[in-house]
Amino acid sequence: MLEYRVEIALWAISGIIPFFMLNIWTNNNLNESINISDIMLSRYFLCAFFVRQFSVVWVVFSFEEDSLMGKVSPYLIQPLNPFFRYFAQHLAEQITRFPFALIIAFFFFIFNPESIWIPNLGILLLSIVSTFLSFLIQFLIQSIVACLCFWTEKASSIEKLLFIPTLFLSGLLAPVVSFPAYIKSWIYLTPFPYLIDFPANLLSGNETNIIGGLSMQILWIFLLFPLFKKIWSEGTKKYTAMGS
Amino acid sequence: MVKNIINVRNLSKSFDISSKEPGLKGTIKHFFKRQTKSLKVIKDISFEIKEGEIVGFLGANGAGKTTILKMLCGLIYPSEGSILVSGHLPFRRKENFLKNITLIMGQKQQLIWDLPPIESFYLNASIYDLDKFEAKKRIKKLSEMLEIDEELFIPVRKLSLGQRMKSELLAALIHEPNILFLDEPTLGLDINAQRNLRKFLQKYNKETNATICLTSHYMKDITSLCKRVICVHEGEISYDGKLNLLLKKLSPVKEISIVCCSEKEANKLESSGFTVKNKIKNEITIKIENKSITSSLKTILNNFDIEDLFINEPPIDEIIGKVLIKKDYDI
Repeated sequence: MLEYRVEIALWAISGIIPFFMLNIWTNNNLNESINISDIMLSRYFLCAFFVRQFSVVWVVFSFEEDSLMGKVSPYLIQPLNPFFRYFAQHLAEQITRFPFALIIAFFFFIFNPESIWIPNLGILLLSIVSTFLSFLIQFLIQSIVACLCFWTEKASSIEKLLFIPTLFLSGLLAPVVSFPAYIKSWIYLTPFPYLIDFPANLLSGNETNIIGGLSMQILWIFLLFPLFKKIWSEGTKKYTAMGS
Repeated sequence: MVKNIINVRNLSKSFDISSKEPGLKGTIKHFFKRQTKSLKVIKDISFEIKEGEIVGFLGANGAGKTTILKMLCGLIYPSEGSILVSGHLPFRRKENFLKNITLIMGQKQQLIWDLPPIESFYLNASIYDLDKFEAKKRIKKLSEMLEIDEELFIPVRKLSLGQRMKSELLAALIHEPNILFLDEPTLGLDINAQRNLRKFLQKYNKETNATICLTSHYMKDITSLCKRVICVHEGEISYDGKLNLLLKKLSPVKEISIVCCSEKEANKLESSGFTVKNKIKNEITIKIENKSITSSLKTILNNFDIEDLFINEPPIDEIIGKVLIKKDYDI
C-alpha cells in the first residue's frame, strides 16, 4: 500500500507548476504591470493549482496504450462506451487527490497567511461547477485526439501539439489578463482560457465574467461532444483489434 | 427444428498493410513514401451455426480464424458480405446484441490488474445492468462451477495463470451470454487447468444451451468440445462439417500392432495378405482399413497364435495438421 500512497502524493505534488510561477511573478514584481495585488495573484495561482488538480486529463495516453496492447477489444464488446471507464478512472483519481491537495493548500497558507480567504458559498459552488466543466472540455478534447489512434497509432504525438497552447493560453503559467489586449481577444475565442484561467479567477475572487465564462464552457462542450461521437463512430469502423 | 443463430454470407475482410525496408534508407523512404498494400485475409466465406452448437475453428497461424471471430462479435468491420448474429448486425454493436455475447481471448485480460477479481465482477455486473443481488447469485453459481473461491478476493496480479483465466471466464459470463466467442481460451494453461476449463464449457453449454465458437491450437480442446469444425486455410474455408467424419476421411486406415507367439507365426501373418508396415522378430504392425477392421481382427484372432494386440489411433494433431497446411486436401 505504501507505494500507492507515495504515488498519490507524487500526483498531487506534480501539479505544483502554479507555485513556481507565483514565485517568478512575485519576485520580479510582474504583477504590477497587470494591476493585480500580490495577495490576489497568490490566491489565483493557488486556485490554478486546485483547478489543475481536478481537471487534469490523461485519457489519450491510457487509450493509446490500451489500443496498441489490444486491451480495448474486451471493452468494445461491452454495452458501455470504453471512454466511460476512463472517465470514471479520472473521477476516482481526482477524489483520491483531494486530501493531498488540501495538505498542500494548508502548507501554502502557513507560508502565505495573508492569502487566506474564504470564498462565499455561491462562488464556491460555481467554481466547482466551472472546474468540472473545465475537466469535461479537456476530457473531450483528449478523447477526440485519442480516437485518432484508430488511424495513426500514435495519437499522443498529436496531443503534444496541443500541450503547448494549453500550457501558455490556459492561465497555468500566467493569468490570461496579462496578455496584450489584441491577443487576449483571440485567446478568449479558444477553449484554453476556460480550462484554468476562468475557474481560477472565479474561485480566487478576481474580476471575471461569470455568465460569459460558464456559457463559453458549455458552448465548447456542446461543440466537442458531437465531434467526439462522430470521430468515435468513424474510428471504430477502422479498428483492427491489433495486439489481440 | 434448431434455428440458425449465426448466418455468414460471402464474408471478406481486407487490411491495409504497410511494409518497410530495413536500415536508415528504408526508414527515410518509409517516412516520405509509405508503401501500403491491401491484404485480403478472409475471402468470400459462408457458413451457418445453429443455436447451442459448439463449433471449432481450425487453421494455421494467420489463417484468419481470429479475424472471423472478431467480425462475428462485432469487434471489427467486415469489408464485404453479411453477418447476422442472433438477428443483429454485429458491427453495429447494439446494446441488445452486446448483452447476448462474450469474447474471451487467451492471455488478453479485462480484469483490473491491481484489484481482486470480485471488483471486476461487480463492475461488469453494473455494466450489464444486473442488480447487486442478482450479481451475487451469479458470481456464486459461476464460482462454484469454476471451482474458485478465495481467489476472488486476491489481487489479480497475484493469481496464477489458471486462476486468472477462470476469473476472466467468470467476468465474461456474468451476464449469461447466449453466444460465446473463445479465442484460444486454454493458451498457456497446464493440462489440469485445460481439462477443468473444457469441463466447465461443456457444462455451461449443457445448462444454458449457449452457442460456442472456439479457436484453439490444442486438439484436445477441439476433440472434447466440438462435434463440428470449420477449417480455415489462407482466409478460405477448406472444410466445414463433423469432426469425426473429417478424421475418418483423412485417416481411412488404422495401425494394428500384434505380438505373435513366435517369429514363425509372425512370418505366417506377414505372408497372409495384410499390408505390413514393419516387422521386428515376433512383432508385426499391419494397416487395416477402418471399414474392415472387425472382420480382419476376427480372422487374425481365429487363425494366428498371438500374445498381444494394440489398435493404434493415428495422432489427431498429425491428421488435422494435414488439413491446415494444404487447402485442396482431398476431404
